[in-house]
Amino acid sequence: MSGNPYQEDRGNKDATITNTHGAGTMQPAHRKSGPTKKVEGDSPFLIGDCMTGGYGKGPDILHDCTIAVNPGEIAVIVGPNGAGKSTAMKAVFGMLNVRSGSVRLDGEDITQLTPQDRVVKGMGFVPQTSNIFTSMTVEENLEMGAFIRTDDFSNTMEQVYHLFPILKEKRNQPAGELSGGQRQQVAVGRALMTQPKVLMLDEPTAGVSPIVMDELFDRIIEVARTGLPILMVEQNAKQALEIADKGYVLVQGRNAYTGTGQELLADPEVRKSFLGG
Amino acid sequence: MELLNALVAFTNFVGVPAIAYGSQLAIGALGVTLVYSVLRFSNFAHGDTMAFGTMVTILVTWLFQGAGISFGPLPTALLALPFGIAVTMGLVLFTDRTVYRFYREQKAKPVVFVMVSLGVMFMMNGLVRFIIGPGDQRFADGERFIISARDFKKMTGLDEGLAIKTSQGITVVTAIIVVALLFWFLNKTRTGKSMRAYSDNEDLALLSGINPERVVMYTWLIVATLATIAGVLYGLDKSFKPFTYFQLLLPIFASAIVGGLGSPIGAIAGGFIIAFSEVTITYAWKKVATYVLPETMAPDGLVQLLSTDYKFAVSFAILIIVLLFKPTGIFKGKSV
Amino acid sequence: MSDTVKHSLLFAFVGLLILMEGATSFAGIFSGSWNSALVILNMGLISAIMALGVNLQWGFAGLFNVGIMGFTALGGLAVVLVSTSPTPGAFAAGGMGILMALVMGALTVVGAVAIYKFMKPGIARTLVLLAVLIAGFFIYRAIFDPSVEAVEAINPALEGNLGGLGLPVLLAWPAGGLLAAGAAWLIGKTALGLRSDYLAIATLGIAEIIISVLKNEDWLSRGVKNVVGLPRPVPYEVDLQNDPSFVERAATFGLDPVEGSTIFVKLGYSILFTVVLLALLWMAQMALKSPWGRMMRAIRDNEVAAEAMGKDVTRRHLQIFVLGSAICGLAGAMMTTLDSQLTPGTYNPLRFTFLIWVMVIVGGSGNNFGAVLGGMLIWFFWIKVEPMGIELIELLTTFMADDNWLKAHLIENASHMRLLTMGLILLLVLRFSPRGLIPEK
Repeated sequence: MSGNPYQEDRGNKDATITNTHGAGTMQPAHRKSGPTKKVEGDSPFLIGDCMTGGYGKGPDILHDCTIAVNPGEIAVIVGPNGAGKSTAMKAVFGMLNVRSGSVRLDGEDITQLTPQDRVVKGMGFVPQTSNIFTSMTVEENLEMGAFIRTDDFSNTMEQVYHLFPILKEKRNQPAGELSGGQRQQVAVGRALMTQPKVLMLDEPTAGVSPIVMDELFDRIIEVARTGLPILMVEQNAKQALEIADKGYVLVQGRNAYTGTGQELLADPEVRKSFLGG
Repeated sequence: MELLNALVAFTNFVGVPAIAYGSQLAIGALGVTLVYSVLRFSNFAHGDTMAFGTMVTILVTWLFQGAGISFGPLPTALLALPFGIAVTMGLVLFTDRTVYRFYREQKAKPVVFVMVSLGVMFMMNGLVRFIIGPGDQRFADGERFIISARDFKKMTGLDEGLAIKTSQGITVVTAIIVVALLFWFLNKTRTGKSMRAYSDNEDLALLSGINPERVVMYTWLIVATLATIAGVLYGLDKSFKPFTYFQLLLPIFASAIVGGLGSPIGAIAGGFIIAFSEVTITYAWKKVATYVLPETMAPDGLVQLLSTDYKFAVSFAILIIVLLFKPTGIFKGKSV
Repeated sequence: MSDTVKHSLLFAFVGLLILMEGATSFAGIFSGSWNSALVILNMGLISAIMALGVNLQWGFAGLFNVGIMGFTALGGLAVVLVSTSPTPGAFAAGGMGILMALVMGALTVVGAVAIYKFMKPGIARTLVLLAVLIAGFFIYRAIFDPSVEAVEAINPALEGNLGGLGLPVLLAWPAGGLLAAGAAWLIGKTALGLRSDYLAIATLGIAEIIISVLKNEDWLSRGVKNVVGLPRPVPYEVDLQNDPSFVERAATFGLDPVEGSTIFVKLGYSILFTVVLLALLWMAQMALKSPWGRMMRAIRDNEVAAEAMGKDVTRRHLQIFVLGSAICGLAGAMMTTLDSQLTPGTYNPLRFTFLIWVMVIVGGSGNNFGAVLGGMLIWFFWIKVEPMGIELIELLTTFMADDNWLKAHLIENASHMRLLTMGLILLLVLRFSPRGLIPEK
């Protein structure tokens, strides 16, 4: 039983009266954003600085964790299962209770902002699962991505279609009918529609075949070449570090190793513990 | 000729009433299905929302009739309908602000919303009875028939008459307009798409910058409109009585579930399936059978499969059959 | 203040309300009549039993039953079938035929299910299935209709139905429970599934069907012509008034024979109902504390884990659904006995289904004592909101002239304040005390 009496459903699963499809899990649906403030001094474009925190009132999962990314770079978070990789990214995106440390974007402290407001500030986020609107067409998915924009976004849509030609072909098909790799393309495309200043991907290659994975990585590099900073959590550490400009190896919510992708791949310690020799 | 007569009798006693009733159910079920998809619970207060909207429309109709305003051959209620919709919108939004919103902030489970809707149902039911009383109200005026049975017979020379009531004509025309508008709104407008997105994946909708409170508000506005229209059409066709409207909940729920909860097309299909089965199964087929069958085989009884009092049983039996074979409804709803 | 004290005070408060109803006529709300106090108490006790049954389903298993009205009505039907005397000649005239028709109908359904199960899917199966169903239906009607006509032709002004078994009325109470349990088993078997269920719509529909059967099948329960003068488990007032020793004893309490006898009869019911309520409450509490109860709660709180431990969740749900509905059936039989008539036309889902839900939620979902308290308290308000509403409106409209149309309208419709108030109470409790007055421990 949860502590909140309003969330008590006594295990009822009567589908004629309750609909659990697509129900939200994000807590701060009604939380108001706190203030932001300008930060002086030199700092990476996006940085989660010395973050410590956990979900809700739960125990801390992150301890003094720092993640940063600069324009034109691909930063990759890797680590063993349960290391807090996705958690670190969610902390940067504001889906976590960060008790100490700060998140700064483009010289502005955004630690107090809700995820929704971070989207408005220019952060694009692609969750690991449920990252597309399955009942809507590919094109509608992209349109929804551009929901906060009031200007004409047809150019951006053309760019997305240029990047992912298969999506143009299937633009009028419900996104839920696409293959795993194509769904991920829709998900990334949706996030790109806001014209974000930074793109965050949570395990974009989870559950796709190796060939599709390579193709997805190629596309991600292509996006990064446009100058868009990309922060990515990856399970496939080796391949991910190969394309990474910067790599963060997390262990139990702490920064274990940090360096360029090549440095980490060359580091014998890292090789031994995470890359299987 | 005999066959033609049979066909006319069938259309007159089964086809026309079932199409009208089906349209009314479909509009009602659309409201239920929208709340189910966006707010994620079955709204037990829907029948009473229909009753409230109809009541306001009736009161305004009386006001117009008192002032001598009429709509020519059409019922005055159509002029009063926009007022009914507006007031119902106000009531529904007020209810959302004072009642439902709190539970959204608490991220309450859908079944808690169902309980809350029971409370709202009681209050609305009480309110309607308190204002207009529990009795039967007829408020249809204007021309009663588009074609009366006698005119039809004169026109065609057939033995059987075909009567189409004005209310039935209005029902079908309104239903077509309402459904077309609703589908256009859901599929073509930005707001409509955002409602579908929110229903499909709430978290991702939030990440896309869709404001849930706006989605919920638009949903309630549409639901109030649909409920009032469905209620007024039903009232024009038959009559208005608070308790009858409360009881409409069962066929409306059945329609929404048969079609597939959460699917607008399903709601419409479900409405017609329920209406046609109710009418055909409780219709006394004697007249049609007499025309079709040779004289020696003419039936003595009424040839009624079930007495009309069992119409609820019919909608429910259809519901169970559909659920047994296709648990997500005909048009694959969200769950079940 | 400890919880026990607080909860005892809540019960004492309900007791006080009923005592005041009997003793005072304060502010026009209380009637100052012991008869009226006992009427409220008796229906309150029955409501408490219904709430206990629903609480079993909702509180312990999270099952959403909105067909309480149907189970209550089945209990009422049981009273007619068990306790009335058989109609002379009815069984010979058509009873046999009706039974045969019902068996035929059941066989058709069983046959259809068997065909569906054992034949390979395809057009052939569909056709055979349809043929069996259609043929079965017409054979059923062919046997059923003439038999019904024969039965209904027998003394239609007073009887026209099969009548009952002529057994003592107290036997009808468990019979009512059994009848409701049987219906619940059928519903649960079809509507309770593993991944999700559709109990709400199923119960909502079945309840309406049960009521329409009672209203229309005159051979069974005389339909809307009602069955009146059902036997009672307590003495008749007239007999008491004619009994010199009773009159004498009533006089020692300062009561005239008429008042004394009515109070005596009602007290008799109160004692019977209290005994049943206490027995059920004791059983519900024992069940809650037993391994069975712990398992039910484990399933409710974490179904996945319970399933992983090898618990058959659907079976448990079916069990508790049948049990809860049986209690509602029992309460329905008691109610019909109290009224000594079955009036199918008066069953209304607002009163017999949704009001019981208000009782359960207000009392405290998952707590048996809460359900009992909710039942008694809400029933008191259900009865008393009407005079309170009239008082309130008269107070508010004192400045208006007596012939003011608004005042007249308000007073005329004050009785509908009842539904409004029930809704308000439910909303207030759900908002400010979502666990109810006596929360689950």
